[in-house]
Amino acid sequence: MKELFQFTKVSALILGLAMITTTASASTLEDVKKKGVLSCGVSEGVPGFSNPDSSGKWVGLDVDMCRAVAAAVLGDPTKIKFVPLASKQKIIAVTSGQVDLTSRTTTWTMKRDTKEGADFTAVVYYDGQGFMVRKEDGIKSAKEMSGASVCVTTGTTTELNIADYSRANNLKLEAVVFDGKKEALNAYASGRCDVFTTDTSQLASLRTTLKDPENHLILPEIISKEPLSPLVRHGDNQWKDIITWVIFGLINAEEKGVTAANAAEMKAKSTDPTVQRMLGKTGDLGTFIGLDNDWLLRAITSVGNYGEIYERNLTKTLGLERGVNQLWSKGGILYASPLR
Amino acid sequence: MKTLVSQIKQSFNNISVSGLVGQMFVLGLIFYGSYFLLLTTQENLTARGIDSGFKFLNSEAGLPISDSLIEYSPAKSYGTAFLVGILNTLFVSFIAIIFATILGVIVGVGRTSKNWVISKVSAFFVETLRNIPLLLTLLFIYTVALGTLPRAKTPFNPIEGVFLSRRGLYLPDPIAHDGFGLVVAAFFAAIAIAYFFTKWAKKLQIRTGRALPKTLISLLVIIVLPLLVFFILGKPMSLEYAELKGFNFVGGIVLKPEFSALLLGLILYTAAYIGENVRSGLQSVPAGQIEAARALRVPKSVIIRKVLLPQALRVTIPATTNDYTSLVKNSSLAVAIGYPDMVSIGGTIIGQNGQAIEIIAMWMAVYMTINLIISALMNWLNSRVQIVER
Repeated sequence: MKELFQFTKVSALILGLAMITTTASASTLEDVKKKGVLSCGVSEGVPGFSNPDSSGKWVGLDVDMCRAVAAAVLGDPTKIKFVPLASKQKIIAVTSGQVDLTSRTTTWTMKRDTKEGADFTAVVYYDGQGFMVRKEDGIKSAKEMSGASVCVTTGTTTELNIADYSRANNLKLEAVVFDGKKEALNAYASGRCDVFTTDTSQLASLRTTLKDPENHLILPEIISKEPLSPLVRHGDNQWKDIITWVIFGLINAEEKGVTAANAAEMKAKSTDPTVQRMLGKTGDLGTFIGLDNDWLLRAITSVGNYGEIYERNLTKTLGLERGVNQLWSKGGILYASPLR
Repeated sequence: MKTLVSQIKQSFNNISVSGLVGQMFVLGLIFYGSYFLLLTTQENLTARGIDSGFKFLNSEAGLPISDSLIEYSPAKSYGTAFLVGILNTLFVSFIAIIFATILGVIVGVGRTSKNWVISKVSAFFVETLRNIPLLLTLLFIYTVALGTLPRAKTPFNPIEGVFLSRRGLYLPDPIAHDGFGLVVAAFFAAIAIAYFFTKWAKKLQIRTGRALPKTLISLLVIIVLPLLVFFILGKPMSLEYAELKGFNFVGGIVLKPEFSALLLGLILYTAAYIGENVRSGLQSVPAGQIEAARALRVPKSVIIRKVLLPQALRVTIPATTNDYTSLVKNSSLAVAIGYPDMVSIGGTIIGQNGQAIEIIAMWMAVYMTINLIISALMNWLNSRVQIVER
């Protein structure tokens, strides 16, 4: 009988553990504060968006969004655990609670937003799918690709777009589908495929990693809309609000000319009521999302405003122009809701 | 007269009864635990607005698949896409099992060979492949194949209609014309004839002691008869050659690089293990028995068939069953080199659809079914070759 009693105790323990692990806590903010670290899902390596640099430090536009959130929530942009995710894991990782936030070139689609347990926050980059081919093949337009083999990554909207595009234009493309972006790119580079396809920003960034970037051409066609946005678990509205408003805050900061360098000074000196609210001198915007009033000041001083983030990660290293990702007031479509 | 209470007391002291109660309790806990997990999962899914159930299998897949045994287009359903994956898994596993077995037997026999070179080459083969993770072997084969093969525009063209390039191996596609059915019929008829001839020859041998070359004659019948019919009917078949049009070859039969690399990797890796099974089987037969048979001037072929194999196989077959099931499971590494097996396609569906639990359950069910069937077949085979104790 003693053994049986022992066994019951063990079973009770296991059941208890199961209960803890399966009933996730309601407030991500409380969780993150308690852990003291933000776990952030990123890519396995897309230069410009999320990629470890030569010293192993994660850098990129998506990475900076995570750092801004960590600065706003925890007061320290370094208190982050980066979790590299394959494309097909990026949604499950956040819905299952493995990461608090996925910031990984993820396209905001209706199905993902409504049926897969994820909530998108705010667009950080307006992208579109494009194609890269070899110059020696002599094609100038995607319409000439009939019969070509296309290397693509699994679990992406690109994979579906290429099927749609092939059907719509009767191109009979052969899609060779790989688990990782690196494998797909390698297969293209080694000549298995005639075409490599993904979002144009990534084409530009991945082309720089090829041995002979000058021999490859990015075709002019952009066949899809890819609004890229960080995503969180569905059902935690406060956490979603925090991410959304950190991003809006960074874009608003660019509009108002608040930079990492001058933010503290502007808080002290600026007479613009919008800037005063933004930097927490007046009003109580921080309390709306369960934070203190310096939340955005910390985010801006640690990573800079949206324009600085873009400049540092995409323009300087990859030569990507702002294009549509320019502020609305300068001819782009970035239009963040007002901070009030 | 005993009271009811003392009867119950007594039965509790009885080991079998208290054991039964304990088992019931444990079983109850397991059921309760699974029910609880299921319920919590269901609640969490609902709370996050994730669909559950298998309704999605009927909706349009929209995903491209490069290699399919059945007709497939992105307009087909998720269910069809998953089926394509299952068939690809089965196809590559089936062919790999056949060739891994043949190669494994050669390697195993080679390792026990008295010829120094053959035994060392076999040992090198086994030790190399067994000690490198299959994933690396696959990536190596795939990368090397793509690196060394010529581009599609300048394919290696050894004989007419055969093209080898980074797009794969293109072979002529045989197109059957009217009357080809008769050739197929002749083939099956030849098999039937060979079967009955063998039976008759066995009886003849028992009755008169005269042994005919059964295998040779059977093979001749099976090969010659269909060929004869084929030529009498005026070759009712033509070959469709692959042709380079634009980017890719059109027509013909193709072995894609992804499929070929996966197949080759699985064959080599599993053959190393099967080789070891064969070796251990052969070495498990006491040398004295072989020597005794030789001393009695039993012919070598009879020694192999009647003394060596029956005893070696009972060691080899159970271990090989394991390797076959491992091979099927290992085929899931296909995703690393872009072959659309069941796991690759299922993974894509998860990515598009988010219903991970259902897909994972389907993966598990399919692998389990395949492997249980393999085990059942191998157990049946094993029972056939077991030595019957008299």
